Amino acid sequence: MKNFLFELKEGLLISLRAIRANKVRSILTTLGIVIGIASVVLMSTAIRGIDNAFQTGVSSLGSDNLYIDKWEWFNNDVPFWQMRNRRNITLADYKKYKELAKLPAATAPTVWSNQTLKYKEHSVEFIFVQGTTDDYIKTTNLNFSEGRFFNEVESNGGRAVCVLGSEVAKKLFPRGSALDNEVKIKGHKFKVIGVLAEQGSWVMGNFNPDNQAFIPIQNVFKYFQSENFRSVTINVRAPNSQMVDAVKEEAVGIMRRVRGLKFDESNDFSINQQEALLKTINQTVGVIQIAGLFITGLSLFVGAIGIMNIMFVSVKERTKEIGIRKAIGAKRRTILVQFISEAAIICLIGGMIGLVIAVILSLIINQFLPTSIDANAFILAIVISILTGVLSGFAPAYTAAKLDPVEALRYE
Amino acid sequence: MNIINIEHIAKIYQVGSEEVHALRDVSVKINRNEYVAIMGPSGSGKSTLMNVLGCLDTPTKGLYDFKGNNVSQMNDNELAAIRNREIGFVFQTFNLLARSDALHNVELPLIYAGVSSSERKERARLALEQVGLADRMHHKPNELSGGQRQRVAIARALVTQPSIILADEPTGNLDTKTGEDIMALFNDIYELGNTIILVTHEEYIAEHAARIIRLRDGLIEKDEEVTKRYVPKKNGASE
Repeated sequence: MKNFLFELKEGLLISLRAIRANKVRSILTTLGIVIGIASVVLMSTAIRGIDNAFQTGVSSLGSDNLYIDKWEWFNNDVPFWQMRNRRNITLADYKKYKELAKLPAATAPTVWSNQTLKYKEHSVEFIFVQGTTDDYIKTTNLNFSEGRFFNEVESNGGRAVCVLGSEVAKKLFPRGSALDNEVKIKGHKFKVIGVLAEQGSWVMGNFNPDNQAFIPIQNVFKYFQSENFRSVTINVRAPNSQMVDAVKEEAVGIMRRVRGLKFDESNDFSINQQEALLKTINQTVGVIQIAGLFITGLSLFVGAIGIMNIMFVSVKERTKEIGIRKAIGAKRRTILVQFISEAAIICLIGGMIGLVIAVILSLIINQFLPTSIDANAFILAIVISILTGVLSGFAPAYTAAKLDPVEALRYE
Repeated sequence: MNIINIEHIAKIYQVGSEEVHALRDVSVKINRNEYVAIMGPSGSGKSTLMNVLGCLDTPTKGLYDFKGNNVSQMNDNELAAIRNREIGFVFQTFNLLARSDALHNVELPLIYAGVSSSERKERARLALEQVGLADRMHHKPNELSGGQRQRVAIARALVTQPSIILADEPTGNLDTKTGEDIMALFNDIYELGNTIILVTHEEYIAEHAARIIRLRDGLIEKDEEVTKRYVPKKNGASE
């Protein structure tokens, strides 16, 4: 073992000499690995970034939350036409549910409307205006950068007040506070009583609270939507994550009663959960991951073939040198170690450079799209590059190791 | 005491469908501190004999005993170990590593012998001093003259303190004057108690040795002591 370590150390030193002696060739060879490792690392950080964005976006929904809705959100267990034919969930349904439900920590009805918000010359389009009650805030993890949510009196009285998401507030009030100003939604004035803190998840789009506004639910029905045509979503928050299933079971029972379903009729509502969304997202990200790594893996593979090619040329070109080394006592294993470590070092150097390039590029890309690098990516890149070197160097090294010293010495 | 004892060895090469008998039946004994020249025209088998003596190749038939070890039965790794410890090679074309300096070239056999870095450097330095190249240690072969390159090669052969020095046409690529210097160096080495085997086809080079073995067609034609050995004047570099 000690003997082998000595050989390995000397093999590495000899390889370093050889690499330094053939600078141009080594640089060109390294290039393939640089590109390969850079693209693999870059791809994996991009995928990780996308995944993180999804996860934080989804978790903003809250893991303890259920959403009772006419529509099934993520799965397709129920055919579309069947869901379309369901009766709307009404505010009256919600009130009955709220009365009967014992387990939830908080419940709130929501109904949304796509509107344009205006303040003086500023306006923002396609904003999800959520109509809800004062309880809504208890079903979420939202924080305020200023102001507050509407209270029970304002909610029940259908006062003309609103709470803005951070993006909306930023766009309508580029300078100064939004608080106590009146914004116009479809010509109706609403006083801003609160602005949410930034949630910062780009993937959720309009579902991101940053891009939403909140008003008492009656106002939606009064100004924007007829109550008859709009189904209400009931947000339910369980007291803790262990209780989620119990809350769900209770909700199914109550909703069936409320909706007057007979025992043989199937549910005409769906209970949606973050988990279902997570499952869908994980599947999607998984596919992206495999496809992305496969494609970038190909470039690494091409780099590895480049290394193998160069090492074969190198062995041929250095036949005489191998002959000399063998004549003065290098064993087969010594030559093998020397050439494999040469390939491994070239790959390792390439891998390091590739890693640095990937980090720089991902920092640049991070300005536009989320990327995320962690220590695993570093270790993986280094392990992969050494492995690539060892694998692609083995065949040429083996050829070198079994050269006949007499023949090799005669080679010119 | 015999260092080398060869009995009835033969070497047969397969070239296409033809068998080439490079050595037919050769027996030689070489003692410690002998200075032997192996002579013969091309095709006589002297290169093959040198490869066998140098443990670069094994005979097809016969026995090769090197200091009590049966070389004819050895595998690649055992041969490499014998070459490393017991034999110092000096080639016609020097065979130095072109991209390494003199010191590293001389150090190389010690690396394969598993000697530690600091001891290696010290011994390589001493060997280079012995051949008169103390001031050229960090020169690469292309920065050295032919004679200097051969001195580096000789230092490399000496550094492991081998049982025999095997020189294959060591003056073949040198002019007469430089060749004479190299032969003087060999004489110094011989006088220090080393065993030297010299392969050459030049009569006047062979006469530096104390014994000449003449080969022809794969057989020993003559094996005789040199009566009037040519002793070059002191080289001076070895002091």
